Amino acid sequence: MSAIDTGAALPQQKTDYIPVLLPIALALLAFPLVGSFSTWTTLTLAGLAMGMMIFAMASGLTLVFGLMDVMNFGHGAFVAVGAYVAVVAFAPMGALMQSPSLAANLMALIPAMLLAMIVTGVAGYVFERLLVRPVYGQHLKQILITMGGLIVIEQLLYATFGPQLNPLPLPAALRGSIPLGAAAIEKYRLLAVVVGLIVFLALQFTLTRTKLGLLIRAGVENGEMVEALGYRIRRLFIGVFMAGSALAGLGGLMWALYREQAHASIGGEMMVTTFIVIIIGGLGSVGGCFIGSILLALLANYAGFLAPKVALISNIALMVAVLLWRPRGLYPVTSR
Amino acid sequence: MILSGNPPRGKLLTALLILVVVVLALAPFLFPGSKPANVAAKICVFALLVASYDLLLGYAGIVSFAHTMFFGIGAYGIAITLYALGPSWGAMALGLGAAVVVAAVFALAIGLFSLRVQTIFFAMVTLAVASAFAVLASQLSWLTGGEDGRTFRVPEVLRPGFRLIENGPFGITISGRTLSYYLVFCSVVVLFLVMLRIVESPFGRVLQAIRENPFRAEALGYRIIYHRTLANVLAAVFAACAGALNALWLRYTGPDTSLSFNIMIDILLIVVIGGMGTLYGAIIGAALFVLAENYLQTLMGAAFGALNASGAGFVANFFNPDRWLLWLGILFIFSVYFFPTGIVGKLRAEPKS
Repeated sequence: MSAIDTGAALPQQKTDYIPVLLPIALALLAFPLVGSFSTWTTLTLAGLAMGMMIFAMASGLTLVFGLMDVMNFGHGAFVAVGAYVAVVAFAPMGALMQSPSLAANLMALIPAMLLAMIVTGVAGYVFERLLVRPVYGQHLKQILITMGGLIVIEQLLYATFGPQLNPLPLPAALRGSIPLGAAAIEKYRLLAVVVGLIVFLALQFTLTRTKLGLLIRAGVENGEMVEALGYRIRRLFIGVFMAGSALAGLGGLMWALYREQAHASIGGEMMVTTFIVIIIGGLGSVGGCFIGSILLALLANYAGFLAPKVALISNIALMVAVLLWRPRGLYPVTSR
Repeated sequence: MILSGNPPRGKLLTALLILVVVVLALAPFLFPGSKPANVAAKICVFALLVASYDLLLGYAGIVSFAHTMFFGIGAYGIAITLYALGPSWGAMALGLGAAVVVAAVFALAIGLFSLRVQTIFFAMVTLAVASAFAVLASQLSWLTGGEDGRTFRVPEVLRPGFRLIENGPFGITISGRTLSYYLVFCSVVVLFLVMLRIVESPFGRVLQAIRENPFRAEALGYRIIYHRTLANVLAAVFAACAGALNALWLRYTGPDTSLSFNIMIDILLIVVIGGMGTLYGAIIGAALFVLAENYLQTLMGAAFGALNASGAGFVANFFNPDRWLLWLGILFIFSVYFFPTGIVGKLRAEPKS
């Protein structure tokens, strides 16, 4: 670490702040259009919560692509697995879930989250070893194989849990909303924002402040060089893949709770959204993915309120607009 | 010459292809009834659709997830004009023409927009665009009929009630349904031969060169963007034709029959299992797939029942007829690994070794 701490003298790359300003500008722009302050607050918070959940699902995908040059079309499968872990984990904890105390609810929720992350992390390990490893560097086969993986996992979920929708009620203390002036803020959305922020900060901390993160970022820039310096990049790969899958599982659990139902098709549905988000952010960039998620979710919420028909294509419109401005996304990763 | 100097090669493969084509050609007389007719028509449509996808995936090395979008454009083109203008040949021609133009323009736009960059990027963009298109089609109900889709009437001659020959020689009856089937069959044959010609043309050769080594192809003076975009447009046009034929046969177009992502998955499964970069794989693959879809499920149903009866409830779920995609998915993964040229590649390779 010491060698890096003295790096203050090194030339610093200028931070690009324009993309950071975009969500803020969008929120400010929407305010006069929406009109009422309370509606605007509700919409903005809903957008932030949705954005955080999308970020949790998409961050792993962009990280895996950045480091390994693998686009995992099966990433959505881990989202679905996370959702089903919630169904299984909450079943024996009915008493804790029904309890009106928030502490008791969190006692059920946090272990479920951890379990979802462990299960999807292990699933990610198996997925990487069985499917992805033999096709490194072959994009076409990667797409086909991971797509096949998505189909198989989705079908396995159907076979195990049945094709029906599984209801997933929210914990008692997280139902309903907190009145804030004239605006009503749904409690669960607050929780989603908190969890999303924790994920983002933890990722940023790991990536920018630890040696592991340094190696990962170096691997994104130039994998061969990292290998030449004696680090086993294979282990790094698999670790990042597992972490990415675990984040997808966490996001899937959060999303399923948000929708209060779990179904295997959620994986395929979220896949498109996560793709758009990481394209907007710049393939491989975690910060870009974060901004892209919030931007997309905010726009979807405002558009859904102002012009519901436009909201159907707001995602695509946003992607096209961003790509016309920056063809490689908000924060292009240099080496790709 | 009719095969453009690209015969199937391999005795078994040739025999198999002849068998499929002959059976399809005689299907209305060999297997009377509506289910076999539907199966045969679906095989024809999918053979064309998958062959057009193979043009992209197998020959140009581009993965697109927007192929159902073009299929849907064709289907909706026919449906909307026949619904709005009434059942006439003119309306049909207008619908087909409009669909082909729209598909070509869309493909051109997507191609110019995103084919410059990597395979992965293109795959992701097409996936996003196709899903947005599917949502739009199901929401613009004044135009497309929404989730219910459009049921429309076809010209008199193609209707089931029409009789060209009633109880003719050998007791055969040629109804409008039979004529519809032959319209589909003949169009597919012609379009397939055109595609075969395209991949054997200099243009097709360049596509394959780009697939094998883009840098080298570019160094030899071939514009990659131009060739890839043209391939994308051609594939889109053929897919739109397949969609139009499918709509004509079903006399109905809706999101489930034309735009659903499940069709995209079916196309992927067929092209990989049949054999990428062979075109003939599309015929064999489509025939196997559609037959399996319609008849294998019955078999799985039997296995499901037997396992359920023997008390192995959990294991039985994996043999539920609704889970047949699970087994196809596994077969798909194995195909990509172990025989990327699919059934056709396997059949071609054997005589040499």
